[in-house]
Formats: sequence, structure tokens, C-alpha cells
Amino acid sequence: MSPRNDVHPPKVLITKIGLDGHDRGSRVVAAFLRDAGMEVLYTPPWQEITQVIRLAEEEDVDVIGISSLATDHRLVPKLMQALRKAGMADVPVIIGGIVPDEDEKKLKKAGVRLVFHPGASREEIVSGVAALAAEARAAKAKEVLA
Amino acid sequence: MTRRAKAGGASGTVPLPLSNYDKARARWRAEVQAGLGGKANPKNRSGIEVKPIYTPEDHAADRYMEALGFPGQLPMTRGIYASMHRGRTWTQRQLIGLGVPEDYNARLKAILAHGGTAVSLIPCNSVYRGYDADEMPVEILGTCGVTVNSVEDMEICLDGIPIGEISTALNDPSPFTLLALELAVARRRGIPWTQISGTSNQSDYLSHFVANHMFFRLALPGARRVQLDHIAFARRHVPQWNPLSIVGQHMQQAGATPAEAMGLTLSSAIQYANDCLARGWDPDQFLPRFTFFFDISMSFFEEVAKFRAGRRIWADLTRNRFGARDAKSWRFKFHGQTSGVDLTREQPLNNIPRVAVQAMAGIFGGLQSLHTDSYDEVLSVPTEKAARIAIATQNILKEEAHLTDVIDPLGGSYYVEALTDQMEAKIREVIARIDAAGGMYAAVEAGLPQQICGESALAFQERIDAGTQTVVGVNRYRLPAAEEMARQALKPPPRRTIEAQIKRLKRFKAGRDRAQVEGALDALARAAESKTENVYERLVEAACAGVTHGEICAKLRQVYGFGRPLIVA
Repeated sequence: MSPRNDVHPPKVLITKIGLDGHDRGSRVVAAFLRDAGMEVLYTPPWQEITQVIRLAEEEDVDVIGISSLATDHRLVPKLMQALRKAGMADVPVIIGGIVPDEDEKKLKKAGVRLVFHPGASREEIVSGVAALAAEARAAKAKEVLA
Repeated sequence: MTRRAKAGGASGTVPLPLSNYDKARARWRAEVQAGLGGKANPKNRSGIEVKPIYTPEDHAADRYMEALGFPGQLPMTRGIYASMHRGRTWTQRQLIGLGVPEDYNARLKAILAHGGTAVSLIPCNSVYRGYDADEMPVEILGTCGVTVNSVEDMEICLDGIPIGEISTALNDPSPFTLLALELAVARRRGIPWTQISGTSNQSDYLSHFVANHMFFRLALPGARRVQLDHIAFARRHVPQWNPLSIVGQHMQQAGATPAEAMGLTLSSAIQYANDCLARGWDPDQFLPRFTFFFDISMSFFEEVAKFRAGRRIWADLTRNRFGARDAKSWRFKFHGQTSGVDLTREQPLNNIPRVAVQAMAGIFGGLQSLHTDSYDEVLSVPTEKAARIAIATQNILKEEAHLTDVIDPLGGSYYVEALTDQMEAKIREVIARIDAAGGMYAAVEAGLPQQICGESALAFQERIDAGTQTVVGVNRYRLPAAEEMARQALKPPPRRTIEAQIKRLKRFKAGRDRAQVEGALDALARAAESKTENVYERLVEAACAGVTHGEICAKLRQVYGFGRPLIVA
């Protein structure tokens, strides 16, 4: 399969890991991104980390979005580790949901690029994801050239 | 001179002893048009256009007996009991659950000491998902609810709590293991099960499939079977227990408008009643134990009208659709919870007045039991300080503000009565739509309620983004980030506490009589496979024999299969 270029819209995986299934936020965000012309891969909740990695790799997504309402964000450092192990450290990871300030610092340290809290606007989310996707694309293009 | 004005509704005309009504109305219309400058009427969350004023034209006094009546009497609009909150106020039931059983027990005792009047228990998400603590990643254990898996855990949770006297609400979705564990504790303490009272909250498996919350343990047919057996068991052995709480809260939190949430919830209730009737049960035997659980949003009058309309529709359905003759069957008993979705992370103390307004809507709506959210629920699981303020809010409304002196105090307001009628019509539309889809069970399998919730969630978000719905601190009156207060979040339980809990569970499992455990699980599987045996009876016996929650769920998953979410995104 040939590497995708800028002609293709950004491809974003929206998923939930861990134990909780509240999915209002992830569904609304998925709709925002789709409305903005992005390709959204949407999964049911309760994905295993290994499933997320496999899906991200097979589908060659530009951004991984994790939705968390009930402390499942605490598993994200494990996801970051697994991504590095799989050689996918350059796929940006974002989180949306209820994330305490202190945890946000830890998550950013672990490599999470953006955290969207309740109240984040459509514009903020769309432009943040678009910028990260563009960045990921550019990095991929460089890799292909090299 | 009296004139007859056209009244809202079917009742025709009503005498108005107002000689200058037409003239006054014409003058007001001219003035208000000038003042409002042709601005369009706003719409409430359910899509009903709200006029600047309501008059006898919108609700006529001669409809009193047909539309309102007296509390405790048909059509039940004003309340389900004659004396309502004047006689007995609502139960203050704060949802709690965190950490390990010892943490939970300490928080429960503190809440009861501060004015809480009932027990509630939220288990850890691992429990919701159908697993024991020793099967789960340690990072998320006990962060959203208490890890309770065995009769030993439940014994510690309820230590020092007189469960024969105080009612318990267990957030206990199918297969209702938590009640089984509580009954096992009662047996150990020598308390007869007939003295155990309370509610299986979250027993509405359909709502879980709709709102995709954390409750997928059993596929739909298995969940349906266990629920009916659980109702049959409670009727026989735990007669003061409400085995069914039908939940509108999930669907409204997932995005349904207040009218949609009420309509879908009543459709679930219709489904469950039909399932009970299909077993040949008399409606007056099971309907008095049906209870409801609703979300209360910021849309104050709409919520009051939602509850009044729901109460009227339920009285009509139980009598005319199911043929219930006992007035107890007609009572729309409900628990209300203030809306988490309406709370904001920005300027979190603003959530305190929000919760107070929501709670007032529930109180004027005539609720029987109330949970007020803590202001920090949008930041983390509530801290103790915030949980105390939430209870104080209820105490202030109940004891300082005199909200309970008069029954249904908003009844008779032209606006509230007209809105109650309009909400009733909207709610009945939803019920008709679900009826046409073959009932709630079939509609959920087809994804219809899921679609309704998703579409309305998006529509509401769009109103916020467009600024037509103000959210203070979010899309208006924002503060610079530096001026935002520090947000205190509850610390998750220390890792060593969780590890000790897992160790205790393993020790408990190892110390049991293996043959007895296997025997109980085999009996459970046999009952589940049979057509006639009561599955829940075997489940309670298993819990008494020391079988754990995770083991019970694993066995039932083998027989019934795992529930898979149906996503309509």
C-alpha cells in the first residue's frame, strides 16, 4: 500500500480503553471531526491496549484519541509504553474527558500531546487534532523520503 | 360581565370574570412586541417553544380535576401520596463508593452522620464489568467505586450499619450479585431477609445497552431472564425490596432531551411490565415495586413539567394499558440525581448553585429520593468536603428554605400546567415511536434509542458552541486561566491498599470449601440452562456459599454470552 499524502483527510482513531463505557463525549467528538472532513475510526468502549495498537497500525491512523470519564486515563501511560515498543512512538496520542490537573501533568510527561477537558469547544478540538495530524503526516513523509 | 376565552386543550371554553381581558391583552402584546423587538421565542431542551407569558388561555381552571386533581389521587399530577413532602420529605441518598471496603465503610458512616438517611453503594468499574479485583489492572481499581467481590468484602462495607432498619440502594446491574452478597451478610448476622429493604439500582439492563455505560456483562436475552427471576425472587423472599429501578438518567446524560429520556424510560417500563405479564403475573403484584431513576438538568421548569407529566402518564398506563386496580401500582416513585453533564470544570464552585437549582426542580417535581452531585464531580470522584456541601444543599433546601411546606407549589401556574401538557404530548410521541418499533427491547436491538441519544447530544453541544445555550464560565463569563482556582482532585487509593485488598480476596478464595463452591456454580449453570428454575435463587445461594462476584459472572457469561455494545456513531 502506498503511503498516504496530504490529499487524504486526516485519519483519527477515537476509542476507549479500560473499564468504563460512558461514550457521549467520544461520540460527539467523533462527529465534530467527521464534520470537519476527517476520517474517523470509532470503536466501542473497553478496548484492550493491544487492540488499540493493532488497529492504529493496520489502519495507519494519524492520531489516537482516548476518551476517559472514569479514571481510565490512568492506563494511558501503559498505552504510551506499548506504542514505543511497537515502534509507533511518533503517532500522537490525545485524551478527552475528566482528567485531574495533576494527572494531566503526568500524562504529558508520558508523551500525551493534548488533553481536552469538559467544556472544550469544537473549534479547539478540531484545530488541535488537525495540527497534530499534519505534523504526523509530515514526519511520515520524511521517513518515506529517507 | 364574564367572557368566555378559548382554553388550551380539549375542554373548550372557560368563563373568565375579566371584563377588560381582551383590551389588556392587546395593550400587553403591543408593549411586549416593542420591548422584545420581534425576537423569536426560545425553545427548551425538548424543543418546545416557550412564550413570554402564560394565561388562562393556556390552562383553564375548569380542567382542574381532569388535569391535576389531588395528590395521591388520579391523575396523580400533583404527587403520588396525599401528604407528599409535607408528610415525609425525600430520602437523602448520596451515591458513594471508593477504595476498598474499609474506605467505603468510613465514608458511609460519615455521610449518615451528616444527614444522609439511606445507604447507597457504588461498586468499582471492575465489578460493573463482571470481574473480581484479582482479574483487573491495579491502576484503576477502587478509583470510581468500592471493590466488593465477596461476602467478606460486603461484611466490611456494611460493618456497624443496621441493614435491617435502614434502606440500601445498590448500584447493582444484572446479575444483581451485590444484593446476593448483602443477603448473605444478613444471613450471617441473623437478620431475616423480610427486613431487608431498598432498591436494585441500575437493574434496567436496557438503559445500559442504550447509554453504553459500563454494564455489559450478559447478552440481552440472558439479562432479560435474570432480571425477571430476580423480580420473582424478591417478591417471594425479600418483599420490601424494589427489584427494578427503571433508569432515565443514563439516557439523559447520554444526550436524550428531558422529554426523550422520560419517553424512553416509560417505554422500558412498558417492556418490563409486558415481560412480567407474559409470565402470567398479576400487575398489582409487581407494579407497586417498580421504581424510576431520573436525571435533573438545569432546565428548571422543563424538569418540573417532565416529572409531573411522567407521573400522569404512568398512572394512565398502569391502569389502562396493564389493567392495574391497586392505587399502589399507579404510583410513579422516583429517585432523582442532579445532572453531571451540566456541571463545569471551569470555576467549579459555580456548580454548587447549579446543583441547588437542579435539586429544587426535582423537589418541585415531587421526587421520593435525591442525590445531589458534588461540585467537583467534573474533576474527579468527589472529595469529602465537596460531598458534605452536596448534602448540606439538601438540608438547606429541606429545612431552611421551606420548600416542603406546600404540596406541588408550582401546580396551577399557567406556564407549568401548559408545559406539563406539552411535555406529556412530546413524551407520548416518543412512546408511540418505540411502540411502533416493536417495544423497547426490539428498539434497543435495532439501535433506535442509541441514535436518539447521539443526535440530541450533538444538537445540544451545537447550541453551546453557537452560544444559544449559555454555560457560565464556558461560553460566557470566562476567567483567564491564571484566575481559575486550583482544582483539588480526590487521590486514588494508594497502591498498597489495593494490593492488600487483592491479597485478602485471594486468601478468601483459597480458604473456601472447594467442593461447595464448585457445587454452587454447577447449580447456577444448571438453573441458567433450564427453562424453569429460578437463576437468581441459585445465585443467592452461591453468594452465601462464598462464591465471588467474578466467578458468578463468569459462569453466567458462559451460558448466556457476553453483551456486546451496539454503537450508532
